[in-house]
Amino acid sequence: MGTGQMSRAYTPKVVTANALAEGDVVYLTSDDRWTRDHAEAELIEDEAHAQLRLLKAEHQKNVVVGAYLADAKAGPKGPEPIHFREVFRTRGPSNYAHGKQEARHV
Amino acid sequence: MYKYSDFDEAFVRTRNAQFRAQVERRISGALTEDEFRPLRLMNGLYLQLHAYMLRVAIPYGTLSSAQMRRLAWIAERWDKGYGHFTTRQNIQFNWPKLTDVPDILEALADVGMHSIQTSGNTIRNVTADHFAGAAADEIEDPRPTAELIRQWSTDHPEFQFLPRKFKIGVSGSPHDRAVTKSHDIGLRIVRGGDGKTGYEVLVGGGLGRTPMVGQVIRPFLKKADLLPYLEAIVSTYNVMGRRDNKFKARVKITVFENGMEKFRDAVDARFEHIRREWAGVDPSLLAHIEHSFLPPAFRSAPEDGYRTARRADPVFRAWSDTNVTAHRVPGYAIVTVSLKAHGTTPGDATAAQMRLLADLADSYGHGELRISHEQNVVLPHVHKSDLWALHARLKTEGLATANVGLVSDIIACPGMDYCALATARSIPVAQEIATHFQSLGLEEEIGALKIKISGCINACGHHHVGHIGILGLDRAGVENYQITLGGDHTETMTLGERAGPGFAYDEIVPAIERLLRAYLALRAGREETFLAAYRRLGAGPFKAALYEAEAERDAA
Repeated sequence: MGTGQMSRAYTPKVVTANALAEGDVVYLTSDDRWTRDHAEAELIEDEAHAQLRLLKAEHQKNVVVGAYLADAKAGPKGPEPIHFREVFRTRGPSNYAHGKQEARHV
Repeated sequence: MYKYSDFDEAFVRTRNAQFRAQVERRISGALTEDEFRPLRLMNGLYLQLHAYMLRVAIPYGTLSSAQMRRLAWIAERWDKGYGHFTTRQNIQFNWPKLTDVPDILEALADVGMHSIQTSGNTIRNVTADHFAGAAADEIEDPRPTAELIRQWSTDHPEFQFLPRKFKIGVSGSPHDRAVTKSHDIGLRIVRGGDGKTGYEVLVGGGLGRTPMVGQVIRPFLKKADLLPYLEAIVSTYNVMGRRDNKFKARVKITVFENGMEKFRDAVDARFEHIRREWAGVDPSLLAHIEHSFLPPAFRSAPEDGYRTARRADPVFRAWSDTNVTAHRVPGYAIVTVSLKAHGTTPGDATAAQMRLLADLADSYGHGELRISHEQNVVLPHVHKSDLWALHARLKTEGLATANVGLVSDIIACPGMDYCALATARSIPVAQEIATHFQSLGLEEEIGALKIKISGCINACGHHHVGHIGILGLDRAGVENYQITLGGDHTETMTLGERAGPGFAYDEIVPAIERLLRAYLALRAGREETFLAAYRRLGAGPFKAALYEAEAERDAA
């Protein structure tokens, strides 16, 4: 019990980082762009591929800072974050409508 | 107010020019992030959750009106129109662009400010009692000492790569408002047997992962021996402190692992050595510092208007009851301006609020302001006859909240709304506690209370020393809040005790309400504060109130 197929399945990932010049949260897309929108990120379902994509991100030293893989899941509009920290990173702080939520006027 | 000497000015401008070139090299790709990171941290620039954050030093929490106006201008020109005052008396800007930071640093240098040593494993910005030079119980103004330490520690070649960060706090009063016992070194100005003032030196205090109360390493240090003795402590730590484990690298662990006796012996041996070579502080430099903190020209004027206004205006009376403290000079008062209006972010001030505070400091407060570690702004020298007019003008920018020292006067770190290290949010918890008790109408009834909230174990929100401490954690991917009880941040410093299992985000405010309703039911009378009741009764009845649902379930 508890060691079945499901628990060993790879949790899908997105590659995320902060933009070098202004620090805003960015995500790597499947066509090698950096997007500000989590839903546009490439949802990576294979561990080896995820490592390759992370390497690609880490090589872009003049564009982004601190790239890492974050857990994500498929959603109706594209990938969605799982952990609450990653949810906050998709929108900005909760005390003011600043950051991404400000840019989108939500 | 201390004004930069030619040396200070040249030093800061040179550092700014260096940093401008470093930013250019980072953007061009000549520097990698690994190379750039320590350089930006030396200049107080962090990369946080959503953006960069610039931490600007406010040495010993003292600001001039011109400096406050400049902070307002920076907030509007390069940030989002506000700044966040911190528990180390600094200000943080949450949204600067990397490419703007060199210009911001130059704008700061124009008014004698900088971000040097607000980060990194160095001696950090020196903090002091926010009532310095004004408090009725003060033995001596701690700021000349703090400024001397600032000059000694800034760019000190031996102490740029310490095992870990190093914080010094100074108090000149028997009532400790500077939390000296939670600093790596705490200095308390005391009077010696011959009537001369000197320092009681504490070492090894700290909050964070392993909270410890600072212990006395030297009961009385002559003033002239201050710098060689500090040098002896920090250089002993620099050698003995652990560099193999970040969590055991602070001086509190060095003292704990070696024992105070062994650490003191090592410091004393080093002190004897340093003192022999020590020629003393340049007397003209010392005179410049001491002259900078001379009291303003206090005036003598009638106070009748103040008494009349208190009788006539109940809102003013309530505010002057909570936000005004006794001054050492007859006719004067210390005003604490609350940055904790119910529902707002603790410690945040808009550019308009900063400008008004600067104007009020000029009109009524000899041009001087202070930032408290409790994230409020202090006007240290206001004549009582000006208090009513001051209060009226504070109202125009939402700065007249009468809640200093009450349930809504909460310390909260930025937490996971901003901080990359945070494990949970702090700000919305503070906002909800404040608005909840306001709507219950219980704030005045509850009386004196310190709630302190940290969004991670590093304890920037001082939760261990809150009467009620709240620590936000990540428990299996969900925000969870642990409560500690009975902490005390003053000269009788006590670390709070953990009450039990944590509470979910939507359970924490109801839990605090159960706790405070239990206090109201249990207290001996209105004059018995929450902390006093806790000390008399112990944790038992308060834990029972927190976990009553579970107790009932267990009994069923």
